[in-house]
Amino acid sequence: MLNKLFSFNGGVTPAYEKTRSAEGPILPVPLPAELVIPLHQHVGGPPRPVVQAGDRVTKGQRIGKADGNASATVHASTSGLVSAVEMRRMPHSSGLSALSVIIKPDGLDAWGTAKPLDLHTASPTEIRDHLMQMGVVGLGGAVFPTHLKIVPGQPKALETLVINGAECEPFITCDDLLMRQRADTVIAGVALMCQIMKPDRTLIGIEDNKPEAIRAMQQAIEAQHDKRLEVVSVPTRYPAGGAKQLIRVLTGIEVPHGERSTDYGVQCFNVGTAVAVHDAIKLGRPLVSRIVTVSGNVRRGGNYDVLIGTPMRDVVALSEAHADTNRYIMGGPMMGVVMPGMEVPVVKATNCILVGSPKMFPPPPPEMPCIRCGECAIACPADLQPFELYWFSRAKIFGKAQEYHLFDCIECGCCAYVCPSHIPLVDYYRFAKSEIWAREHEKEAADHARERYEFRQYREEREKEEKAARLAAKTAAGREKATAALAVAEQPDGSNNTAEKDAKKALIAAALARAKQQQEQAAAINTAAALSAEQQAEIAAIEARRAEIREVAKPHLPPDN
Amino acid sequence: MLATKSNNSPFVLKPASVRSVMVRVLLALIPGVVAYVWLFGPAILVQIALASLTALAAEAIALHLRRKPVWLFISDGSALVTAWLIALSFPPIAPWWLVVLGTLFAIVVAKHLYGGLGQNPFNPAMVAFALMIVAYPLAMSQWPAPGGDFSQHLNAIFGHRQVDAMTMATPLDALRTALHSGATPAADSTNAWLWISLGYALGGLYLLQQRLITWHLPVAFLATLGLIASIACYADPVRFGSPVFHLFSGGAVLGAFFIITDPVSGCTTPRGKLIFATLAALLVWIIRTFGAYPDGVAFAVLLMNIAAPLIDMYTQPPVFGHKGKRTGGLS
Ligand code: SF4
Ligand code: SF4
Repeated sequence: MLNKLFSFNGGVTPAYEKTRSAEGPILPVPLPAELVIPLHQHVGGPPRPVVQAGDRVTKGQRIGKADGNASATVHASTSGLVSAVEMRRMPHSSGLSALSVIIKPDGLDAWGTAKPLDLHTASPTEIRDHLMQMGVVGLGGAVFPTHLKIVPGQPKALETLVINGAECEPFITCDDLLMRQRADTVIAGVALMCQIMKPDRTLIGIEDNKPEAIRAMQQAIEAQHDKRLEVVSVPTRYPAGGAKQLIRVLTGIEVPHGERSTDYGVQCFNVGTAVAVHDAIKLGRPLVSRIVTVSGNVRRGGNYDVLIGTPMRDVVALSEAHADTNRYIMGGPMMGVVMPGMEVPVVKATNCILVGSPKMFPPPPPEMPCIRCGECAIACPADLQPFELYWFSRAKIFGKAQEYHLFDCIECGCCAYVCPSHIPLVDYYRFAKSEIWAREHEKEAADHARERYEFRQYREEREKEEKAARLAAKTAAGREKATAALAVAEQPDGSNNTAEKDAKKALIAAALARAKQQQEQAAAINTAAALSAEQQAEIAAIEARRAEIREVAKPHLPPDN
Repeated sequence: MLATKSNNSPFVLKPASVRSVMVRVLLALIPGVVAYVWLFGPAILVQIALASLTALAAEAIALHLRRKPVWLFISDGSALVTAWLIALSFPPIAPWWLVVLGTLFAIVVAKHLYGGLGQNPFNPAMVAFALMIVAYPLAMSQWPAPGGDFSQHLNAIFGHRQVDAMTMATPLDALRTALHSGATPAADSTNAWLWISLGYALGGLYLLQQRLITWHLPVAFLATLGLIASIACYADPVRFGSPVFHLFSGGAVLGAFFIITDPVSGCTTPRGKLIFATLAALLVWIIRTFGAYPDGVAFAVLLMNIAAPLIDMYTQPPVFGHKGKRTGGLS
């Protein structure tokens, strides 16, 4: 390994707690009584249901149709009967509901026809379509549709393909075990990605606290004689597994917020996603299950191969939560979200169900004022000044917060982790972000309304003009007829009218053009119109969390709220 | 049973608290205090006790009046840090009411009237020093000679009359006079302050090791002060004090590690810290050399406190992915 490693600033080293769940095989979960498969599990547009109550489905059958390009297909995770298509509570801390397909398994778990894809004959569009049809999304937690990131035949060549096996969040071991126990499949998936994207080099980054995974992956590469792939052990420091941080560590490139990493010649995928790509292309099987870590306050932590839609309760039962359990968290202790109940389903984003007790995750000590000690700034991997952002967010000076790069915050939680005043800093950022998005949406809506209004005015004006013109022409024609003369066009009234009309029209057109230009400028500033699919997806995700965040952030804000 | 009131991620916190920060700052002051007691006798401990009691009482009352949880805040230790810094920058044999009055003012006005912990734009200890030296210049200038008799010191602190025989001008004044008259500076006094300064420096290194402060402030401050003093002294040794004199007398080292490093009233960005410390050192030298008051640290710090927010605003470090681009308050 002759790779020069880079480092990112900041980061923290919380207790890793990986051994609680890192032993033993990846276990299957018995078929639950019913599967609740939400249609919207990814970042991007929600799919539309294509089945109804009473339909029989096979495993892998499409039940939700991708709506537009920035979306992903959803499939039945097992064979059975669709018992309902209805709103069900989601794995969100707010407990909001979303349209889900409820399936009563028939116990056969029978696959429908597999549709593998031959990469040699497939066109780039076919590859993208296939991945979209197979519902492949990023499994590292971001659940971004993979087909939008795998861009075959893009104009700018891909220099580095980064495969993320860092898994930096404490407690979570699903990627670790995947690499240790299914390294061949991971590597096969990565090889397929290479074949599609043709990167100059492919680096698989794994934190150095996972020596077994590193070894297994290296062996798998050797076994397949794949010289293009390289495993790189990266220093263990949260959040080394953040895509941007890992890209920085492996390549030295910093991808700014809101820009696509491909523009910098890099693309990053999670190891789990590589397996999903492999299954979709080689086996022709859509993404219907994922590996989920269950850890924390349980008798035996472990990893499970879980069908999407399985109620979390069924999964946790296998690990046996202790009696003093007071909450369940989806994700890790740094970025996870508290679940509203245990009946919520495992979704594509569920990498871990962390079982908490007051002893394991004690309530934070009382919040003190910020003493500007700067610990948060030292810990921030995005090189922000978190205490300034806190100040502005709290005072609702959102413009300033944006100026201080609020939206570069990746909500990693490092700042709140180190803060000696125990300020829930990230809550303040979530709140500020959601408020800013809300305002921009309102503004956008207002812009649209104004545009519509202006257009209607213009149209009414024009109609009036036209009517008048027609009338004038008619009268003129009548008069013409009456005087039995010629040359309609040379009517003085008519031509006057037309000239006036033209002038008015020109004025209106100019005004409209001006308005449009202003709107475009505003839109450009407000990042609303000229957004990439990635960004729009991000907005959608943030939007979805808005209500929830507002709720949660409120108690922390000064009483005048 | 699920918790009804859910808090948000992160669910784990580093075992850190304002109290542990303040306790470590107090610990870091101990070597300097020990040297102080060793060289000037235990009078300074009396002052520290006076300041501490006053600070805690004032803090408790202020918190109570502001309807803040008294125990939570009073146990954070920040009032004690202010108290100790006041005691250490006041003359150890100053009358008791001087330090009490100064501390009261620091806690009630400079801290709580501005909103309490974390909100004060000025360093409370330096506010106290500046106010007292303007109001009671004489009492603030009674410095003991090294050694000295503790009962006499006590008498000076609690007695009704000044014990002139035992006092001398501030070390800086003494040196200045000595320099002007061409006599040898009071060597034992200089030595005593050198040792105390070294004690502070030792504590400062501990703060650095604990990552409670970064190198920027003390290094830039001491380097600038030493540099200007060297240049001036080299140019005219009769008029200007030597760098050793500037660095190791008065509050220079205490200031470098414990006072300009107060993050609430100072700068927090790396470049901001360098600017803050450099300008503060420059001001200290100017005030000491040309000003009417014996030591310039307090005034220099207060002046720089005013500029700190602006300096911070213009020195925002580049954020991830924006390196090399213009960022921060300028954009
Ligand atoms: S770590 Fe906490 S107390 Fe320190 S500067 Fe940041 S927000 Fe303020
Ligand atoms: S949550 Fe945001 S501000 Fe805090 S450390 Fe992470 S990136 Fe920085």
